[in-house]
Amino acid sequence: MMSSIFDHTLASAREALRSRKISAVELVDAHIDAIERLDDGLNSFITRTPEQARLAAKEADALLAKGEGGSLCGLPIGIKDLFATEGVRTTAASKILGNFVPPYESTVTANLKRDGAISLGKLNLDEFAMGSTNLTSAFGGVENPWKRRDSDAKLVPGGSSGGSAAAVAAGLVLGATGTDTGGSIRQPAAFCGIAGIKPTYGRCSRFGTIAFASSLDQAGPMARTLQDCAILLESMAGFDPKDSTSVNRPVPHYEAALGRGVKGLKVGIPKEYRIDGLPAEIEAIWQQGINWLKEAGAEVVDISLPHTKYGLPAYYIAALAEASSNLARYDGVRFGERVSGASLDALYEATRAAGFGDEVKRRILLGTYVLSSGYYDAYYLRAQKVRTLLQRDFLKAYETVDVILAPTAPSGAFAWDEKPTDPVQVYLNDVFTVPASMAGVPALSVPAGLDGRGVPLGLQLIGRFFDEETLLAAGSVLEQAASFTHRPTIHAGVSA
Amino acid sequence: MSAYRITGETGEWEVIVGLEVHAQIVSQSKLFSGASAEYGGEPNTHVSLVDAGFPGMLPVLNRECVAQAVRTGLGLRAQINLFSRFDRKNYFYADLPTGYQISQFEHPIVGKGTVEIELSDGEIRHIGVTRMHMEQDAGKSIHDQDPTRSFIDLNRAGVALMEIVSEPDIRSPEEAGAYLRKLRQILRYLGTCDGNMEEGSMRADVNVSVRREGEEGYRTRCEIKNVNSVRFVMQAIEVEAQRQVDIWESGGEIDQETRLFDHVKSETRSLRTKEDAHDYRYFPEPDLLPLVIEQSWVDELKAALPELPEDKRARLEKEYGVSRYESGVLTAEQSVADFYETVARGADARLATNWILGDFFAALNRTGRSIEDSPVSAEALRELLSLISDSTINGKIAKEVFEDMVETGEKPSVIVDRKGLRQVTDTGAIEAAISDILAANADKVEEYRSGKDKLFGFFVGQTMKAMKGKANPAMVNELLKRLLAS
Repeated sequence: MMSSIFDHTLASAREALRSRKISAVELVDAHIDAIERLDDGLNSFITRTPEQARLAAKEADALLAKGEGGSLCGLPIGIKDLFATEGVRTTAASKILGNFVPPYESTVTANLKRDGAISLGKLNLDEFAMGSTNLTSAFGGVENPWKRRDSDAKLVPGGSSGGSAAAVAAGLVLGATGTDTGGSIRQPAAFCGIAGIKPTYGRCSRFGTIAFASSLDQAGPMARTLQDCAILLESMAGFDPKDSTSVNRPVPHYEAALGRGVKGLKVGIPKEYRIDGLPAEIEAIWQQGINWLKEAGAEVVDISLPHTKYGLPAYYIAALAEASSNLARYDGVRFGERVSGASLDALYEATRAAGFGDEVKRRILLGTYVLSSGYYDAYYLRAQKVRTLLQRDFLKAYETVDVILAPTAPSGAFAWDEKPTDPVQVYLNDVFTVPASMAGVPALSVPAGLDGRGVPLGLQLIGRFFDEETLLAAGSVLEQAASFTHRPTIHAGVSA
Repeated sequence: MSAYRITGETGEWEVIVGLEVHAQIVSQSKLFSGASAEYGGEPNTHVSLVDAGFPGMLPVLNRECVAQAVRTGLGLRAQINLFSRFDRKNYFYADLPTGYQISQFEHPIVGKGTVEIELSDGEIRHIGVTRMHMEQDAGKSIHDQDPTRSFIDLNRAGVALMEIVSEPDIRSPEEAGAYLRKLRQILRYLGTCDGNMEEGSMRADVNVSVRREGEEGYRTRCEIKNVNSVRFVMQAIEVEAQRQVDIWESGGEIDQETRLFDHVKSETRSLRTKEDAHDYRYFPEPDLLPLVIEQSWVDELKAALPELPEDKRARLEKEYGVSRYESGVLTAEQSVADFYETVARGADARLATNWILGDFFAALNRTGRSIEDSPVSAEALRELLSLISDSTINGKIAKEVFEDMVETGEKPSVIVDRKGLRQVTDTGAIEAAISDILAANADKVEEYRSGKDKLFGFFVGQTMKAMKGKANPAMVNELLKRLLAS
């Protein structure tokens, strides 16, 4: 029996709405109330849209009463503030977009809307999705709703989709959109004890999503369970003629894949992921995952992804090169914030100096450098070659295995003030997530347990191109075995 | 023809020129967006969110623009690359919304080709085309409407361009002019670019260097940007080559730089030096997949190509017996050739050629009309010629009828009837007129008969005058000879 409206998953809330056990207005109101109670502290939202949400909830109830409404009708979700939303401020967590209100809607959010999902607002992130702590946001950092058992220190939610992960974990929304360029869905999902999927590159349209690195950016769902993620992904995914890199193939009924099991499935364990200095707790949870899959009937084999160690540096070259170009449009000329100058160059300099944060500036500089005449071959071209090799590693591995199991991140969530001062140390957070991004293959993270201090840890599954279904099948086995029912310290269902 | 040379104090210099021509593709919409590609329009009315570089907007390649590029490549008898790719050319400017231009750097859609040019003395030369690629145009910055501010019009931003790069095969201003005119002619025939240099739909970057006569290799070149007429290209080459010769002759060095041509002062001026040159940081455009086209599609486009100027010229010479010079004039524009063929097909081709190159062109000039809105249609002109051929009117009357056609737009037969200009072929009527004239000029008849042959013309003139010009001239001649002899 449900003790609280906040015990619902997206899937169970969907059933409760359809059977009219609860109304969309009740559900949405409760979540808006939770946001008001908790989010001044968590700071997971940049923009809240309660009025629009309440209106939409009334409409949803009218539809549900007639037995109509799409697959997500009446379900409250949050939108990472990297997706353009028509008439609702869209910031990319950057000052440079300031009060930018797009007159258009991203394809992914349009799809969710079409299916009846109700957005409660725009979720915080690292500025332009550049970071893995959510501390680079111009709208302030996000607090992870989890706390260590022995300390009250604020933990980071991970990033860049930190607001999405924190809001879902704290029960402020039933699901959220994220984007993943090098781990931006998977790592915060792991840090906040929720599930998240980075689909195959091309599965979800990038139209209307503010670009960080075009050849890597991919939208995906974040929610408490993989079933919830499957429901959201089915809505978000699909071919879009407005994105030339989106892929024209049918979107499967992902939910149906959840119960397939792993009997006879071959699971690869990449030896290169056993990096030096990997914490014992991470090693242990990885082994736990291996055991769970074996017990469920999977065959576990050791594999090699020989170019893994080049993944991280190559990623930071490829991604930042594209970013330096993608962010050139924020020049103060047509939209967003402008700081005037005596000349055009002065206007550019003043606008971009004031509008971008340090991490974004650092990445633009690095990206510009690696594309510069005389350095292009040594950096950009080499990174592209590494990318091909990484992709080949995966294709070769998938000749013998169906899915790959690895940790999601090399640690659990760390405290705000433990963030390394050396940016390269921060980049190491992405070491396990970047290879799948570079190859374009799908991957997910599921919560697998808690570390010694009570902070969640995630396991990552990496799959074949466009085979999100096998990922979901294997992930679901891990999810059930882990039976992760822990709640973060800060949660909508916990009265203050 | 004698080679173009610049004479310096120390000897003769040869000019080396290569042209990069930017030609706007004729298409409904822009290269990567659905906004209209039409010229003109109020500022910022033909702009989509993609063109304005809004966050999250993505380019989608316009298939028709690719077809136009392939057609152009085929027209240049060039290699069509089935695999090509778009790259980003990065630089900051206020009228470049995204901060990069999408272009094709490493893998252009069209490879090597040639353009055949004909010089004024009839010499034929072949100018190599290095490559041709597609790219998007930038917007327009307007600096002269406000003392402190600049305005930007993005109507042109994103419009599809072809950049056609020639080999450094051009050796004189005349050749450059002939190359540009020929290129424009081919593009207009293909319908891939309207070639309108005043509206900026064709403009050229001109690379110029000089070297001593007989010297191997090339010296440093300068690029003159954005020259927008054939005449200015020719002038720019002339003055730039002279400037370079003067510098070399005086012991100086040419710096590789970008220059501007000032046609008022007839000089080139430095725009930026090599040190200030942009580092465009080209890299493959990640928002677009590589462009892969099928050979079968290229074949389809090829089969549907219109007849190109060279082919048309050869055919006109063969089918209508026109001279090399005449075929050149008649094929300068496809519309002229079409007009000509409508008139000449089934008519007396020689008569048609003479009329079109003569009275018809003169009438167009005089009325300031183009062939597209000619006051005399091809059908009407053909009818006029057939009235001459079947002796309904004679050539002299035909000129009068033609002037009337230009003025009224009426059909020639209508004019002939209205004015009663039908030629008189009635022997009796002509004989009667001649008899009167001979009777009235008995003294001249006597002189003629005593050997003053020249007077024959006088009698012809008098007869035609009496017949109001409508008498059949051959019959007048014949009857006069007979009656004067008797």
